[in-house]
Amino acid sequence: MFSFERGTFLGEVWIARFSLMNAMATTVELSFYIIVSGTLLGALLGVVLVYAAWPFRLLVRVYVDVMRGIPVLVLIFFWFFGLAFFKIHVSAFWSGVMAIGAFCAAHMAETVRGAIQSIPQGQTEAAKAIGMTFVPRLWYVILPQAARRVVPPWVNTAVEMVKATTLLSIIGVVELLLATQQAVARNYMIIEFYLAAAFCFFVINFTLSQIGAYLERRFAYMRY
Amino acid sequence: MPAPLLRAIDIHKSYDQTEVLKGIDLEVYQGQVVALIGSSGSGKTTFLRCVNLLEEYQQGEIDLDGQPIGYRMANGRRQRLSERAVSAQRARIGFVFQSFNLFPHMTAEQNVMLGLTKVRGMASGEARERARSWLDRVGLSQRRDHYPYQLSGGQQQRVAIARAVAMEPRLVLFDEVTSALDPELVAEVLGVMQDLAKSGMTMIVVSHEMLFVRDVADRVVFMDGGRIVQEGPPAQVFKNPESERLRAFLGRFHGLFGA
Repeated sequence: MFSFERGTFLGEVWIARFSLMNAMATTVELSFYIIVSGTLLGALLGVVLVYAAWPFRLLVRVYVDVMRGIPVLVLIFFWFFGLAFFKIHVSAFWSGVMAIGAFCAAHMAETVRGAIQSIPQGQTEAAKAIGMTFVPRLWYVILPQAARRVVPPWVNTAVEMVKATTLLSIIGVVELLLATQQAVARNYMIIEFYLAAAFCFFVINFTLSQIGAYLERRFAYMRY
Repeated sequence: MPAPLLRAIDIHKSYDQTEVLKGIDLEVYQGQVVALIGSSGSGKTTFLRCVNLLEEYQQGEIDLDGQPIGYRMANGRRQRLSERAVSAQRARIGFVFQSFNLFPHMTAEQNVMLGLTKVRGMASGEARERARSWLDRVGLSQRRDHYPYQLSGGQQQRVAIARAVAMEPRLVLFDEVTSALDPELVAEVLGVMQDLAKSGMTMIVVSHEMLFVRDVADRVVFMDGGRIVQEGPPAQVFKNPESERLRAFLGRFHGLFGA
């Protein structure tokens, strides 16, 4: 049953082990950079959408709507070929991070905007009433409460981003899907290898949703 | 008589076309408790929010300690002060809300400490000490590590009062602070307010608790339709209502005032 002979599933996995492990690491790294940069930029843009003067709001609104309205794949091509066209040399890995990160930021911005706006006006007024200025009000009163509301949709977006990294196989980033394709091209074990890849993605995303669930429990005391 | 602590001069405020304050003049002296009464929509709460600069108003001036707050005149034009200046002025005026508005992600003690550390710049040890002594004073020393959701409405409102007074404001504004409470919790909040009044705190109280107003207020101000209709000591206002509106308003309190 557990045969590592050539031509068996485990044997073929064993042969491709370094390629697959590197690819898994690449997928995790891509996801990490995309989610972290997307979250930070998205939080900033979300704050702008709620509080900034209208020209800034308009600018960010246009950015968010354009990003959300374009297929991720088109964004990826735009960054990868677009930057090359302007003779800016960026690797496929990093242009992928920038493309999906920009997409992620747009989604996060909307999430953060919604979370901030769902906090009762009384919270802002109470902070004002003790004399707090805008930045401390945001930092100590509004954002900690918004953070809790952001968690469930944040997990959603993060999971989508992990899955979106597979699109980078098209511009030659050897992430999990491309490495799987390469292995399949050698051994024709299509079902087995794609199932294995699916399982790996599931593990990454399940971890993410567990982190989300932990954060939700952690913030459970924040009730009205 | 010394200069008033707070003086409002001819305050006008409109929302779009509707004028909700039609020229409010009010003076409050150090140590006084002034009660604003009147039916909903009479402008009491709006006026209180103008005093704490939570609302902007189109005309008139409010002076605190003889200094105008909220606005300044520049080249003959009335200008809102900067966020920083307005915040500094708000820190000198406490506000207690009808709906408590405690910070749900902080314990009772942290709620009281926040303004002390982030606005007054106090070291956290000193702030904690002061927060504890105020929580003690409002009878919540056992509850200081509780989050708002673990507290009853009356307890939450007492924390909110501690949060306001711990800042050592020049005066404290109370906006219908017992209206959201179950009847049996009203007394504990009024008790705290009475204690503050006795200690010489200057207070403006919007309230429908007429017994409290009668017993604690130095002056009662009856508002109707965005104007002050009558003001004076409680005994006088309640015994000799000069207008039909005030008579009708007081009549609703079940002959509490012998009318």
